[in-house]
Amino acid sequence: MSVAAYRPAGYLAIVAIGIVAPFLFPAYQSQMAELWLFIVFALTWDLVGGQMGYNSFGNVVFLGVGMYACVVAQVGLFYPVSAYNAARGGGATVFTFDMTQYLEGLAIGLPVGALLATLTALALGSIVLGMRGHYFAICTLGLGIAAGEIANGWEWIGAGSGMVPPNAPDAVGDLSRFYYYFALALAVVTFLVLRWLYMTRFGLAINAIRDNEDKAEAMGLKTTQIKVTAWMISAFFLGIAGGLLGNLKRFIDPIDTAFAGPTYGVWMVLMAILGGKGTLWGPVIGAVVFQVLKEASWTYLLGWQRVVLGLVIVVIVVFFPQGIMGFVRERFPDWFGHRVEGGTIAGPARKETLR
Amino acid sequence: MTAMLEVKNVSKSFGAVRANESISLEVHEGRIVGLIGPNGSGKTTLFSSIVGAHPVDEGSIRFQGREISRLRVADIARLGLIRTFQQTRIYGGMTCVENMLISASQRGSSLLDLFHIRSAARGRQAEDLLAFVGLHAKRHLRADSLSFGQQKLLEFAMALMNEPKMLMLDEPTAGINPILIDGLIDRLKQANAVFGVTLFVIEHNMRVIMSLAEHIYCLAHGELLAEGPPEEIRNDRRVIDAYLGAH
Repeated sequence: MSVAAYRPAGYLAIVAIGIVAPFLFPAYQSQMAELWLFIVFALTWDLVGGQMGYNSFGNVVFLGVGMYACVVAQVGLFYPVSAYNAARGGGATVFTFDMTQYLEGLAIGLPVGALLATLTALALGSIVLGMRGHYFAICTLGLGIAAGEIANGWEWIGAGSGMVPPNAPDAVGDLSRFYYYFALALAVVTFLVLRWLYMTRFGLAINAIRDNEDKAEAMGLKTTQIKVTAWMISAFFLGIAGGLLGNLKRFIDPIDTAFAGPTYGVWMVLMAILGGKGTLWGPVIGAVVFQVLKEASWTYLLGWQRVVLGLVIVVIVVFFPQGIMGFVRERFPDWFGHRVEGGTIAGPARKETLR
Repeated sequence: MTAMLEVKNVSKSFGAVRANESISLEVHEGRIVGLIGPNGSGKTTLFSSIVGAHPVDEGSIRFQGREISRLRVADIARLGLIRTFQQTRIYGGMTCVENMLISASQRGSSLLDLFHIRSAARGRQAEDLLAFVGLHAKRHLRADSLSFGQQKLLEFAMALMNEPKMLMLDEPTAGINPILIDGLIDRLKQANAVFGVTLFVIEHNMRVIMSLAEHIYCLAHGELLAEGPPEEIRNDRRVIDAYLGAH
């Protein structure tokens, strides 16, 4: 019996656990909602950083753009954005949203965030994806910082004081469970889309770019076009994740929430590497392990949590540079289909004699 | 009949180094043409100029009558002009079959065509070509686990998978076990005769190029020194001097 036969059942089991989890562990609901978003972070980072080999420290730009665009749309559809932000901290006007306004804002805000993030990837990618290796990594690091500074100084979107997403009407009460399921759905959809993507020729093309970009070009692949497209797909899902995260956190700080390079920006990379770069399941496993570690150290080792995370990074880089999935693949290449077939090299002829 | 590939007065300098000096040559459709010359004589530079890896300083390069000296690398490849590299280039992190599948021709395909699940017909073609170069048993191994010689064979198979009209091979037998070289020569000849691929080959191994090519160009110091059928080149005083360093 091969692994493939159990696959649909495995997928269903994971989704079922995701659905019942908030009822079983209501105290951990917000951490679990964050986990689903972290899985999206790691998966979308790995698309470009792992599968395509372009280590980006700037993916957080798309998260922030999606977050701001979503919330600005949620507000701007019904009130002037600058007046809304000016009233923060108890002004004369109180801005309320009724149920229809709230849902309408979200229904338009999330796609707007996704679209703007995707367009940002198109614009930035066309410029910086011409760079390779370290140059690309450093350049994207700068992009993340620059984006944070722009948001930090832009009065219309609240500048350094940040922005508060619209409050849900009092009648509906707490919406955190609603956002939990939204995050779960986004993680599942992102996973399935990337799973499909890696089965297409596009998936092979970005792997080829990772392994030898000059060769890929010499074989007729339009590498720049492919790289920008991959970054846009990554940005699309990150943009939606940004909109959800903003509403889940109930407050957007330009540097600590939206364009949070030192936290989300680094964690994306860390989760993907921890789980195994360039594999489908690696980022998912990495995100789970990371979130558990992070929450445990925040709870039990408060004050030392950053030290613990730092140590984890060092241990991973030194002992498991290939990540969890990479480690397993090296030990059991057979499970990943890397084997010699036919009788000429090793083992008895299998496929050849069956045909 | 006009030539399939027509290089006219091509010059290329890197700083003060004149790597190619007003070189003209022709490769006719269906032929096997050789390019020889001592180390540093500008053979690989000429190949790179032809496939658009760097712009030429002067001169014109035509492929099937079309000027290609200002086109980009991928666009030239899409015309059916494919080169292999002296330092083998394969996709190490992918299996041999995956290497083959992504090497299938991109001619006339757009970005959207990449979003298709891999087709079974392509898979069969990939397996057949891997069998053709003797790598069928290793087709599910990662390409970076192959030996250097096997990687070279894989790169050759990848080039055939692209169904090129002309294939430019940069030292196809360098680093290959001498016992396998005869097999490789046979396969090159088959690729030419059966698949109809025009071959333009850089080679240092005189035995190989003499038995393979119908017409040979010899470069020295970036200039075209001699050309002619193998027997003529073999006995050409200037060629012998260039190789033995009489200059």
